[in-house]
Amino acid sequence: MSLLLNRIDDRLIHGQVVVGWGQPLALQFIVLVDNDVASSDWEQELYRMGVPPGMQVYFHTVAEMPVRLGAYVSDPRAGLLLVGHVETMQQLVAENPEITTVNLGGVHHAEGRTQRLRYVFLTPSEETALRAIQARGVEVSAQDVPSARPIPLDELLSARQTA
Amino acid sequence: MSDKAAVVAVVAGHGQFAEGVLSALDQITGRGSAFVPVSNTGLNPSDLEALIASALDRTGARVVFTDLPGGSCTMAVRRVQRARTDVVLVTGANVAVLMEFLFAAEGPLGTPIGGLSQVGAIARASAEKARHTLAVFGE
Repeated sequence: MSLLLNRIDDRLIHGQVVVGWGQPLALQFIVLVDNDVASSDWEQELYRMGVPPGMQVYFHTVAEMPVRLGAYVSDPRAGLLLVGHVETMQQLVAENPEITTVNLGGVHHAEGRTQRLRYVFLTPSEETALRAIQARGVEVSAQDVPSARPIPLDELLSARQTA
Repeated sequence: MSDKAAVVAVVAGHGQFAEGVLSALDQITGRGSAFVPVSNTGLNPSDLEALIASALDRTGARVVFTDLPGGSCTMAVRRVQRARTDVVLVTGANVAVLMEFLFAAEGPLGTPIGGLSQVGAIARASAEKARHTLAVFGE
């Protein structure tokens, strides 16, 4: 089954991930890559609380992934790779060629960001990072929930405050 | 009688969940204003946490009801609880549990509830009562 979705979502584990994607993909595990979360037992316990029984969550730093990703990619269970920042995914893509698609699931409003979609706000540096990911041959699209149309990066970046 | 305009709790959830459930509660009891609605729509995690904390500070409420155990509002309240120990969280909220809590929290003749342990006990009792309102017919 492997990793079925490689998602950028600043809310990390939340309803859209564990229910919205978790149910239709029959997810059995989440690989959460975040240096801060990986170093905090409290944060890890918080996110473990957010998943339904039977779903496993594995926490890693970015640096750990080159030696760990292969096992997750070949895992017979259905999994999801999850990061909270565009820059984190850029680092992962640079060091892990197994990642060939990226789902932009939620980057919400913050100072310096421009709204691109209802659920996507980006700084100029985040836009540059996404283009760099795409330049590596990775397919990048925005899609918050499975029933929504995936919006390709080029279309996303040409849009301002669309639905 | 106590001040009937007092806010007893915050209700937080996805989209318009809170406004919707409070609209239903208001139609049934006329007391929807006893709760403050919060939506996660468009908010990043830190802004959502700040909004919920602000609602608690502004109203003096010490209970937050959220819609989904693994949802972003629940996560945000858990972070609020890390910073302060006077907040009770109830997840899986619906109209039934809000009604139970409303009338229990206002007490006999509308007397206000007391300390945190009493608030927590009322929240737990309300959740237990409301749990039994889930039913299936005709299967």
